[in-house]
Amino acid sequence: MNILVLGATSAIAQATARLWARQGHALFLLGRDTGRLSLIAADLRVRGAVSVGHARFDAGALTDHARMLDEAVAALGGTIDVALVAHGSLPDQQACERDPALALQALEVNALSVISLLTLLANRMEAQGRGSLVVIGSVAGDRGRQSNYVYGTAKAAVATFLQGLRNRLHGRGVHVLTVKPGFVDTPMTAHLPKGGPLWSTPERVAAGILAALRRRADVVYLPWFWAGIMLVIRLVPERVFKKLRL
Amino acid sequence: MTELHGWGRYPRLAAVVSEPASPFDCSASLAAGRPLIARGMGRSYGDSALGANVLSTRRLDRFRAFDTGSGELACDAGVSLDEILRVALPRGWFLPVTPGTRFVSVGGAVASDVHGKDHHVNGTFGAHVREIELLLGNGERVAASPTHNADLFRATCGGMGLTGVILGVRLQLRAVASSEIVQTSRRLPGLEALLAALDTADASTYSVAWLDTTDAAGRGVLLSGEHAPDGTLEVPQRKSLRVPMDAPSALLNPWTARAFNLLHYRRAPARARQDRVGLLPFFYPLDGLADWNRLYGRGGFLQYQFVVPREPGPRALREVLDTIAASGETAFLSVLKKFGPANDHLLSFPMEGYTLALDFKATPGVFALLERLDAIVLAHGGRLYLAKDARMSEATFKRSHGCWEQFEAVRERWHATGRFASAQSRRLGLA
Repeated sequence: MNILVLGATSAIAQATARLWARQGHALFLLGRDTGRLSLIAADLRVRGAVSVGHARFDAGALTDHARMLDEAVAALGGTIDVALVAHGSLPDQQACERDPALALQALEVNALSVISLLTLLANRMEAQGRGSLVVIGSVAGDRGRQSNYVYGTAKAAVATFLQGLRNRLHGRGVHVLTVKPGFVDTPMTAHLPKGGPLWSTPERVAAGILAALRRRADVVYLPWFWAGIMLVIRLVPERVFKKLRL
Repeated sequence: MTELHGWGRYPRLAAVVSEPASPFDCSASLAAGRPLIARGMGRSYGDSALGANVLSTRRLDRFRAFDTGSGELACDAGVSLDEILRVALPRGWFLPVTPGTRFVSVGGAVASDVHGKDHHVNGTFGAHVREIELLLGNGERVAASPTHNADLFRATCGGMGLTGVILGVRLQLRAVASSEIVQTSRRLPGLEALLAALDTADASTYSVAWLDTTDAAGRGVLLSGEHAPDGTLEVPQRKSLRVPMDAPSALLNPWTARAFNLLHYRRAPARARQDRVGLLPFFYPLDGLADWNRLYGRGGFLQYQFVVPREPGPRALREVLDTIAASGETAFLSVLKKFGPANDHLLSFPMEGYTLALDFKATPGVFALLERLDAIVLAHGGRLYLAKDARMSEATFKRSHGCWEQFEAVRERWHATGRFASAQSRRLGLA
């Protein structure tokens, strides 16, 4: 398969790319930090990928997206079977509350750039008549909470966008997978206290993504038990929920 | 702050842990100015990867290059031997030297200059390292090899992370034709017979003996092996059982130890028998039981591994066994091995002679016994393995590791003094 990975330096993307590499696929990596991309590319080659290319990509440069995707797909030989959209950043919620510019910037990275890229990728896959779009969302998008609602807003926007896209592309051979990981032990969450049964690893999430791809799932919580947790959280009435400290 | 411990789960110390995401990010941990010690997978037994400030290499887990023609592999320091096995074995390459667990990092294998069942043939892990990339105490990144910055290389192999942070390693793998081992096993009724059998086993690439220290005669089982000349290069599955919680500390007691050791002895054939076994059970019998260190209970255990020179070796071993028997303490699992010649790495453990590794529950009586064993080992010109040590005194260390002053001079020259320190290095009186 030809696989495009956006935000390839993220821990979940890297763990997933390693599984693809072991299966001998061709990969193209996009990310902000080219130094780190080249380290990851070398790693994936050793692990068995038939080819690994990489290029710099700035999620915020929306007008560059089309050109950048064209070049990446050309490097993969003209077609793509899977695109994993994994870029994003966990904004400082309290800073976003003080400064609207920061809140909008968080939305640009985590929502607008994703919507821009998905629009381009969806059209390309629709024209191909096949392909899988895999997007890393978050349980944070399932309900707004005071501790991270700016991030949650972005993830909710992407989730809704993906619902529409899935509906539109149904019957066109294009599969759209929304991945909602819970707490994952990555550098992005390095500042949080960890441990306990709710925390998972990028490797476990990666294995879940590959399994969901195989069965062409629509939405998947990883690990699975987050589906139950979020169901309960969504069911709490707003007049109760607003009083909770979550 | 996080509470950390080594594989022996003694001692436990609070540490500030940083987890750099790539080799580029490690100098930030250094910039804080406080002495630092690198930590891989936490498989050294004592306090060599403990300290107030710990740099975890767990995210330095990338391969860099692998030449499948020559078997030369380069990777970050945090890559585990297990990962290397999974990548290399299907292509016909195996670790040049492997310790008894595959869940150690490459950086840790270099820092402890680990050995395996083939030391008498292949030497230590460091003998197969072509180059080390090291972050020095002044923030510089340098390469060291047997020919380039050789003093730094010889201090870093076996140097317990005290010369700098090992960022990457380039090593030469070993070509194999099969993922199976032709194993010969045989039980022997006493220590003297076992030592004689170990002598003849020098002809095998791999040899090791399990010793029953609960038996007065010192009976045991000799295992030797060769890579099978043919067969598949399959990567074995990862499935293993897990010890789910700390066992009650009474689980391992003199009676269960006696029963376990007797059973193990009885299961071994009285006359040499050959079997084909997988690589994993041959090299890593304990890896099949994840978190087995929890069997010793919350208080943890001490692994005591010493080496004594070949000449007084048999006498020293007999003296050690008698001293343990007289103390009333019990070693649950004991492994005996014959080493080949020492190398020129300054703090490396192996020397030509016999090494014995003993597991004891960490109790006050055991600490007292180990002091007496130290005296026997030192009197016979032996030394202890730093990767296992949690309690040796500064005097014992400095008497038995004759190159310690040279080691300190190299550290001074390469900006390590005062920049890298572990709980162990402080206990042993290193600057």
